[in-house]
Amino acid sequence: MMPIARLLSKRLGTSLLVLFGVSMLIFAIARIIPGDPARIALGPNATTEQVAALRAALHLDDPVWIQYGYFLGDLLRGDLGVSLYTNRPVTTDIAQFLPATLELVFVAGFMMVAIGLPLGILSARYRGGIADNMVRIVSLLGVSAPSFVWAVILMLIFAFYLPLFPVAGRISDSYSIQAVTGFLLVDTLIAGNFRAFGNAAWHIVLPAFALALSGIGQATRLTRANMVETYERPYIEMARSYGFPGKRIANRYAFKPSLIPSLTIIGLDFAAMLGNAFLVEAIFAWPGLSRYGVAVILRKDLNAIVGTVLIISATFLIVNIIVDLLIAFINPRIRLSQRSS
Amino acid sequence: MKRTISILIANPLSLLGVVLVATVVLSALFADFIAPFPEHRGAVVDFANFNKAPEWPYIMGTDLVGRDIFSRILYAYRISLILGVVVLAIAVPIGVTVGLVAGYFGGWTEYVLMRITDIFLSIPPLVLAMSIMGVLEPTLANGMLAVTVMWWPWYTRLVYNITRSEREEGYVLAAEVIGASPLHVIFREILPNCVPAVVTKMTLDLGFVILIASSLSFLGLGVQPPTPDLGSMVADGAKYLPDSWWLTVFPGLAILVAVFGFNLIGDALRDILGADQ
Repeated sequence: MMPIARLLSKRLGTSLLVLFGVSMLIFAIARIIPGDPARIALGPNATTEQVAALRAALHLDDPVWIQYGYFLGDLLRGDLGVSLYTNRPVTTDIAQFLPATLELVFVAGFMMVAIGLPLGILSARYRGGIADNMVRIVSLLGVSAPSFVWAVILMLIFAFYLPLFPVAGRISDSYSIQAVTGFLLVDTLIAGNFRAFGNAAWHIVLPAFALALSGIGQATRLTRANMVETYERPYIEMARSYGFPGKRIANRYAFKPSLIPSLTIIGLDFAAMLGNAFLVEAIFAWPGLSRYGVAVILRKDLNAIVGTVLIISATFLIVNIIVDLLIAFINPRIRLSQRSS
Repeated sequence: MKRTISILIANPLSLLGVVLVATVVLSALFADFIAPFPEHRGAVVDFANFNKAPEWPYIMGTDLVGRDIFSRILYAYRISLILGVVVLAIAVPIGVTVGLVAGYFGGWTEYVLMRITDIFLSIPPLVLAMSIMGVLEPTLANGMLAVTVMWWPWYTRLVYNITRSEREEGYVLAAEVIGASPLHVIFREILPNCVPAVVTKMTLDLGFVILIASSLSFLGLGVQPPTPDLGSMVADGAKYLPDSWWLTVFPGLAILVAVFGFNLIGDALRDILGADQ
């Protein structure tokens, strides 16, 4: 257990450093906005005094590094400032919208692993065959369109032409579920309402699949590539000569070493999905961070932009630490002195 | 080079890729001659023919102000390709140089450069580009800037990993022993060994840049109307699903075809050049 604890503390340290850098970067981007954010927030009818008062309240007249100091001080107290768009604390806004997005991304991540890895194994085991070529084409198609295009195509086929799934939303209006975690799939179970759980699960299938498609493609291709390499190793040959069945060789001996690079990619794809969720949410009217994020960007709402990006990056870093720990857990000889990349 | 091309054409899948990419590039180049309604790339209004399902002469239907969707897709390809080439032309040299320097010198140089790269990599690509676009005016040039800023770190990572493993190879040590300068070792000895991986990634990325740029404009943060753009065409049409399906399906498929073509070629190149992920 010791090495894993050391790895955890090291990764936490690096991640905090990176997060600090992210906050500086995004703060710098947000402060090069042309135009006066205070004027934009108050609208054209505000008096010059009102604008000046808001500028003073937001410390906009101070030099940038002083502004960053104020921002950092607030951040350490868990305060991301007030959104100039909704007039509520940014943390309240994000707490309201983030769970829906995370739920979508987690389900999509699950689909990516549950579909991508088996397809990759299948492809490697029967490489050169029909199954392999089919999987190859499908996985290439998966990465070849942005998720909003898949969302449109899936919606047309499986919601309109074949009315199998709902067109929009997270759950039917007839259910009212007490929000505990904000994750509907969890809250419905806490409430013990299994019909509502089924309804929420039914709603999430299409958007999550649209979001997962490119990740499935990548996970498949990577697993296949690594397994094809592993198949050349002598120990596989030995397993063959012992007469082990092909299925056992594939699932046990050839797959295991390929799992580690696949997991790393899954961690990275998680970041892409957090961004791409914006695209899928727009098509399926999913009440997540997307509409809020786009609205605050279009309105140049400084605090909200910085807060949203910071929270998304923090989520990504946490997931990657979890992935790294998983890898350390799976791989007994992981080189602890080196960051796996 | 000749061998690479002949292998590309011999495999049916990569041949399909070559055909798709050639079609996309040629139709973008010769859009003025192919498009049935070249004037429809701009702010034209033809209310007599608005929102028409595909029928001759509008083989992909017309949009809500009566413009031919097929013609607009051809011109949108032109802009997407220009954007892809410009972004890579700026991002690749920057990313490769940073990766080479970090991997070769190691120590503090490596630590600082790679942590900066990590910072860029830990903001989801689309979110980073969105926040940059949000603070800038939505023009084509700014769109290129936003995508470039998010793109270079991927090349840094790729080249850094290769450089780190090449750094201790015999030929590098030999060059150092006879007194070659770091500049010579980096650009004349190590760089050539990064070329296959970088070229493969560039082929794949031409498709992905088109994909990300269309995602930005889908969110309303890209090229502004009336300039034709595949992403904003999908976004504008999505409200009229499923009845006016041609408004979204054809521009969406247009993105898919182009990116799929580049992916097929890139995938084959990876096999031929033996370049790693």
